[in-house]
Amino acid sequence: MSYLKPGLPKPVPARDGLDAPFWAAAAQGILTLQRCNACGRWQWGPEWICHHCLSDDLAFEAVEPRGRIYSYERVWHPVHPALKDQGPYLIVLVEFPDQDGVRMIGNLLGDPEQEVIIGAPVKAVFEHHPDDDPPYTLVQWTAWNLNA
Amino acid sequence: MQRSLRGRAAVIGIGETPYYKRGEAPEPEFKLALSAIVAACEDAGISPKRLDGFASYSNDRSDPSRLAAALGIDELRFANMQWGGGGGGGSAAIANAAAAIASGMAECVVVFRALAQGQFGRFGQGPRRNVIAGEMAHAVPYGLMSPAQMFAMKVKRFMHEHGVEQAALRSIALACYHHAQNNPRAVMNGRPLTEEKYDASRWIVEPFHLFDCCLENDGAAAMVLVSAERAAEAEHAPCYLLGAAAGSHHRAGAPVHNAPDYATSAFKTIAPRLYAMAGVGPGDVDVLQSYENFTGGVLMSIVEHGFCEADGCNEFFVKENLVAPGGTLPLNTSGGNLAECYMHGLGLNIEAVRQVRGVSTSQVPGVEVSMVVSGPMVTPVSSCIFGSGATL
Repeated sequence: MSYLKPGLPKPVPARDGLDAPFWAAAAQGILTLQRCNACGRWQWGPEWICHHCLSDDLAFEAVEPRGRIYSYERVWHPVHPALKDQGPYLIVLVEFPDQDGVRMIGNLLGDPEQEVIIGAPVKAVFEHHPDDDPPYTLVQWTAWNLNA
Repeated sequence: MQRSLRGRAAVIGIGETPYYKRGEAPEPEFKLALSAIVAACEDAGISPKRLDGFASYSNDRSDPSRLAAALGIDELRFANMQWGGGGGGGSAAIANAAAAIASGMAECVVVFRALAQGQFGRFGQGPRRNVIAGEMAHAVPYGLMSPAQMFAMKVKRFMHEHGVEQAALRSIALACYHHAQNNPRAVMNGRPLTEEKYDASRWIVEPFHLFDCCLENDGAAAMVLVSAERAAEAEHAPCYLLGAAAGSHHRAGAPVHNAPDYATSAFKTIAPRLYAMAGVGPGDVDVLQSYENFTGGVLMSIVEHGFCEADGCNEFFVKENLVAPGGTLPLNTSGGNLAECYMHGLGLNIEAVRQVRGVSTSQVPGVEVSMVVSGPMVTPVSSCIFGSGATL
């Protein structure tokens, strides 16, 4: 099940390989973020060196697939032909408080006209497209109740 | 020796082509650039052959060596491009020109920007290809691909943090359209905007309605700078550069929306340097041109340049405060990028010079300090302050 209509550019690993481990893990349903083996800091998107201690000893480390909504936007005007009949859709900027507050972009699944609350907890949903050429996986988000 | 640009260089000529709807320029981009440069030199009362430097930004396609050849100038001494996209480099290009003059690298530098989207394709359109890699791979497949979509995320967060209401953004659009009605060059002249029309306009991406978004236009703009000494002999009363600053804060360019200080126009570290060099404060500014890619960027720019508290936006951003001649802070008096023309903001710098000369179509009386903010929310950004002779 795809949140957005098909036809947008599909993500592939950067030719220089920088984010390849992230996409490979996502295909396995594992969420990873980049972490410095030298100083322990997290960073996203990926960099070649740690922005804090400048070490190049970096790893993609699996994290709990949970975050909270840092900001969001409801898009109405399509700027790509694939989205011509999409209608409104939600993009969220998800923050990882336990990973130095780094952030990731995704869609918020569910009713595109739902009320969105900044600060609300969300969990990752892996949107796999194994039969596409090339195959790819998107990391999407859905609201969840801490007390449920 | 004091390390400052204050009063070292001045604008002596300004020039623009007519402004067209995007894709409708009757001439190619390079010809538009030449026309604006020649017009600026005519306004300055100098021959274009006396130019010896070019400064631009946002990867302008009109190459200085080709311009120099086409204009037949004697010797090219300075060919400068400010890095970065959008309009963030507008005031920086002026600063770079002034720095070249102050340091003796060049004598007479033209700052220019030319755009013909019919010839070179449109802004704001998503990439049309099967796959995407790199930083964009972490945004485009989720439907995040236009400038409006990149910046709405910041503005939404700022509005959340400070309780800013939609009406504050609306007031900015209303002020720009109000001024465009006085400006016959403005693309939106004759098309006034009301609160009702704004409210009824479609969403592009929340929190931006159609009227919160800049135009896209074809045309070119240019301004000629020389040293303060040479400016004293110029045809027009010189408009001095009092200060300029460019850059961005810590990791503003962190990928995938990861700037630690996120909900910002990127001017928090620039504004103090700007005012320190200019020797003025926000209370001294008579009129402001603030780059509208989107109204939310203007709002944050005005806060970060100290005109208004972040928590006071709903009170400050009312139309009456923002219109000439009597508003507290007359804003975008030509109509700006929303309603005059989107020339990547160089039109705003030209309007700031007009205000110092006293020839704006929405003139603020007795302008001595005239300020420009270029390209909020991108990195690097820049801003500058012009002054009359009385400010030196």
